[in-house]
Amino acid sequence: MTIALLTDIHANREAFEACLAHAVEHGTRQYAFLGDFVGYGADPQWVLDTLIEHVDRGAIALLGNHDAAALGTLNGRLNPGAQQCIEWTRARLSPAHLHFLSQLPLTAEDGSCLFAHANGWDPGNFEYVFGPFEAGRSMRVARSRITFCGHMHEPMLYHMGLAQRVEAFAPVPGTPIPLSPSRRWLALPGSVGQPRDGNPAACYATFDELTAMLTYWRVPYDHQRAAAKVIEAGLPAYLAKVLMTGGTL
Amino acid sequence: MSAAALAAGQRIDGFELLEHVHRGGMASLWRVASADLAEPALMKVPAVQDDPAAIVGFEVEQMIMPLLGGPHVPRFFAAGGFEAQPYIVMEYIDGPSLRARLDDAPLPPDEVARIGASIAEALHDLHLQHVIHLDVKPSNILFRPGNEAVLIDYGLARHERLPDLLAEEFRLPLGTGPYISPEQVLGVRDDPRSDLFALGAILYHLATGQRAFGTPTSVAALRKRLYRAPVPPRQHNPNCPPWLQEILLHCLEVDPERRYGSAAQAAFELAHPQLVALTTRSQRLADDSLGQQLRRWFRSVQPLPMQHGVARQLRRAPIVLAAVDVSEEWEALADALRDASDRVLQAEAHARLACVSVLKTARIGLGDPTDEAGQNRHIQRLVQLQHWARPLALPAHRLTCHVLESPDPVAAIVDFARSNLVDHIVIGSRGASGLRRYLGSVSTQVVAEAPCSVTVVNVPRQDSPQAASVQ
Repeated sequence: MTIALLTDIHANREAFEACLAHAVEHGTRQYAFLGDFVGYGADPQWVLDTLIEHVDRGAIALLGNHDAAALGTLNGRLNPGAQQCIEWTRARLSPAHLHFLSQLPLTAEDGSCLFAHANGWDPGNFEYVFGPFEAGRSMRVARSRITFCGHMHEPMLYHMGLAQRVEAFAPVPGTPIPLSPSRRWLALPGSVGQPRDGNPAACYATFDELTAMLTYWRVPYDHQRAAAKVIEAGLPAYLAKVLMTGGTL
Repeated sequence: MSAAALAAGQRIDGFELLEHVHRGGMASLWRVASADLAEPALMKVPAVQDDPAAIVGFEVEQMIMPLLGGPHVPRFFAAGGFEAQPYIVMEYIDGPSLRARLDDAPLPPDEVARIGASIAEALHDLHLQHVIHLDVKPSNILFRPGNEAVLIDYGLARHERLPDLLAEEFRLPLGTGPYISPEQVLGVRDDPRSDLFALGAILYHLATGQRAFGTPTSVAALRKRLYRAPVPPRQHNPNCPPWLQEILLHCLEVDPERRYGSAAQAAFELAHPQLVALTTRSQRLADDSLGQQLRRWFRSVQPLPMQHGVARQLRRAPIVLAAVDVSEEWEALADALRDASDRVLQAEAHARLACVSVLKTARIGLGDPTDEAGQNRHIQRLVQLQHWARPLALPAHRLTCHVLESPDPVAAIVDFARSNLVDHIVIGSRGASGLRRYLGSVSTQVVAEAPCSVTVVNVPRQDSPQAASVQ
């Protein structure tokens, strides 16, 4: 059974649609959405409606820090641009959307996999897995052999063998990686709706639970249109530029 | 459960253990049968399960083997993880390993070249799959009944698109003393040319009966190959011809940039001994002088050269075939073909060019190539081909000229490309002449049948409509 891992969608309809279509083409039957469904992008309603449909059919969906901010339950604040987006978003969400967000858990477990938005050691504090140090912290406390996290927008794969050394690997899109059963893995699929590694194509990953093969994907989508919508909506212009270039915030 | 506790008749995940065929330091090998397999297969079981190096090596092999294909790798059937009994089940190769041949060394030069070419071909196939073996040695090379080399044991291998579990875990050089490349001694694990160094060390042994670097065991002893060149093979064995010494020492260059650009290029020279360009390598009869050793030593403590990875290195070192028609009638086309070849070669500093011309022979009887007239035609064509290639100003080791005799030019070009692992064919198109309508286009058929990319070159027409329409 292949599960698609999509995270940090950030109200980007074009990117989300392109990744979902790609996942269907590659035989995906199951979905795990790892949070940050809103913020930054111009289509929060469509994105949430689509997520609600998938969750009704059994998909996993988790709470991200931007989602918590939209609910008003986030401890601490987002950066000013993101905060402006969240206020814009909140005015557009229906009670059904807010109800959906309020029901989202911070983590989910399925067989040998743990799903979390930010990290495995304290999913509610939204600390980032910046590198091997944080990845090791997460892998050592996780009960599951494999952890999938969002929150970081760049695709990355961490692993740890018996010697407890943590190593980082920059995945090659489209190459299946066998996740060896004798070590622990932490996979960051990268952001669907706001990639930040210099490549505007959307990121997501698929995992075949039977063969333990993980594949990272880059899906080109109409990012010009998504960026134009950001401008039309009156959201901060630099967010359109991030979509156009895959640049940093 | 340890490997020692296994016994014939036992079943592991549906595989019945038939016969214990090998017990090594790292792994035990069993012949196994299963209802799902048409014939018995081989099960590899790690010998120890508490040695981290052995475990990671086994993990690496489990990771890489399922991704490999083709005749030069044992087919992968199944694997079991360390949570129960770890194992890999793969195709049983019913053929000898190269190890047995070491006892017969020195072997005749032609046989060394033949064995070397089949190993190099297998290595090239592996490199095309993004994998570097990094432990090429006689016991890891088997031969199928048809003499195709099969590379086994991927415990130290590197797949350039997968995490390298070994580089990260161990700081000691990973490889086997007599064959490990200088850059592996320094911890580099992403250069396909490391396998060419090992190939050179193996062929050196087969050609001379001696190990090029002895059997070092300490890191300090391994480092010696960074600045000490091996004794020239011809010093050990005066019957080793200069061309073979040239190839061996070319593989054994300390700096990977000075080795063959790809295993295909090494295979090419091993398959065409008479065309090997001889350099000072082939002439050396004595050890390096102290001055040379010192220079090499200084170089060995310099920072590592830039690494290129597998796919990128193969792209840098293609074999290009120029199919040339040297007749006067097609002079303009031959010039255009040379320009096109030049552009391909300029782009890649390690590319080599094989200029090919087909001498068309009658299908039956006529034009016997062995008579004097036939030989003259052959030599004349070769001279014309060399003349055609001269303006390219390629060094001798990057250029060869071949006159093929065949009734079928398309088949001759395509066969040459296939058997010499050619990456790119450059061929002229004779345009819409009456002759072409009658004979069919050679270039079109080559495009259809070639095992690689083909560039078709046309002569720009002076009176082309585009040119005329320019205001």
